[in-house]
Amino acid sequence: MKIHRIVILAAGGVLLWQLVVIATGAPAYILPGPLPVALAMVNHWPELWHHLQTTLLEILAGLAIGTLLGTTCALVMALSPLLKRWLLPVLVVSQAIPVFALAPVLVLWLGYGMASKVAMAVLIIFFPVASSFYHGMRRTDSELLELGRIMGATRRSLFYYIIIPSALPAFGSGLRVATAVAPIGAVVGEWVGSSSGLGFYMLHANARMQIDRMFAALTLLAVASLLLYFVIDTILAKTLYWENQKDLIHEKAL
Amino acid sequence: MMNPAPAIHFDDLCVDFEGGRLFDHLNFSVSAGKCTCVLGPSGCGKSTLLRLVSGNPDISYTGSITFTPQRHRIGWMSQSDLLLPWMCLRDNVMLGARLRGQVDEDRRRRASLLLERAGLAAYEKALPATLSGGMRQRGALLRTLMEDCELLLMDEPFSALDALTRLKLQDLATEMTAGRTVLLVTHDPMEALRMGHEILVFTGVPAHIKRISELPGDIPRRPMSAEMAPYYEDLLNTLMNEGP
Repeated sequence: MKIHRIVILAAGGVLLWQLVVIATGAPAYILPGPLPVALAMVNHWPELWHHLQTTLLEILAGLAIGTLLGTTCALVMALSPLLKRWLLPVLVVSQAIPVFALAPVLVLWLGYGMASKVAMAVLIIFFPVASSFYHGMRRTDSELLELGRIMGATRRSLFYYIIIPSALPAFGSGLRVATAVAPIGAVVGEWVGSSSGLGFYMLHANARMQIDRMFAALTLLAVASLLLYFVIDTILAKTLYWENQKDLIHEKAL
Repeated sequence: MMNPAPAIHFDDLCVDFEGGRLFDHLNFSVSAGKCTCVLGPSGCGKSTLLRLVSGNPDISYTGSITFTPQRHRIGWMSQSDLLLPWMCLRDNVMLGARLRGQVDEDRRRRASLLLERAGLAAYEKALPATLSGGMRQRGALLRTLMEDCELLLMDEPFSALDALTRLKLQDLATEMTAGRTVLLVTHDPMEALRMGHEILVFTGVPAHIKRISELPGDIPRRPMSAEMAPYYEDLLNTLMNEGP
């Protein structure tokens, strides 16, 4: 996305926000305008920065561990039909239990520190990554597999040169979804029990009726999440270079 | 180093497919070092025959398929080019060697030479998505030829191309596959007359086979010539009258 488009969208969002404040006449303790929130962000930047660092660390750790576990699980399922039969139901059941309902349990087991929040993020990230990568590998063109077999490919080279690269676009989609939802895990974990992080800061500010600070934390979280998404999206676009050409063709066709 | 091109013998071949009998005690052979075109309507088992010859373990059959001489390598080319979109054209041409862990300087040089011969030298580093359908199919042909295969199995390789590109590619394929045993499946009588030393016409289910082996002249022929007209008529009549 071009910078000018981001600036225009952000300016549009701020303008809409201000219009809602004016139109509804909501008091500042219900919905503060963009200016008081910006002032709160400037005045309390050191605090906000400290809490942002905690939340970002939780999100990044969750993203790294969740992606690693998700890809490993997908590879194991693709490599071993026997293990797949045991792992696939576990994967589905893991999503049938609402992850948010597990937050108090995770805090109880892993404590108020970073581990419980990272675990929450991992639980949220794991499924989209594992599911998309596994199904991407399963959808490898059967004609390509046949070609590989005729050419004398080993199982290992078939995976390395054909199956895994075929699944990378699907994996990329899963990772994009995971990146977008990762902050939810970290913040919900912080709400349930923590002493640091933007979720904790928002709850703390809300209880003290410091609504401008709460909105400052919320805005910061949204900006950080967007930045993280764009970083991951850019890395994926560079890595999956062959998909860019397809995107251009799709854009022209539509 | 290539071995002599093999002849293929099908003896008492029976294949069941989706509850029905596709081949019922078929006996025929494919000549060594020649291009044999397999012609027939959709669903008569042409592609299944190629898959059987390729050793596909998912198709069960009774009877026997034997190769003389037995030692040979198989190349495969299908209707879709099957070029890997993440590899440049040269790497795609060398796919077989890469899959077997045999990429070396000699093979790289050979791939470049083949690309040059097919008029694709300028596109060595291009990704398949940036190439035209004809270029991609030429790339697929070169990938097949890089395999030093004595037996080439081609499943309607030119059917998705426009008429002019198809003619050019048929000429290129004929030139580059000379001396190898080629089994070319097609639904186009013109293509069969143009490229085949021999033609096997599959009709009906289970399939009957009619062999046409006395075709005049060298390949690639001009199927629209007066000399070929009776053969064309004969092919059309066989296909129209005995379709499934």
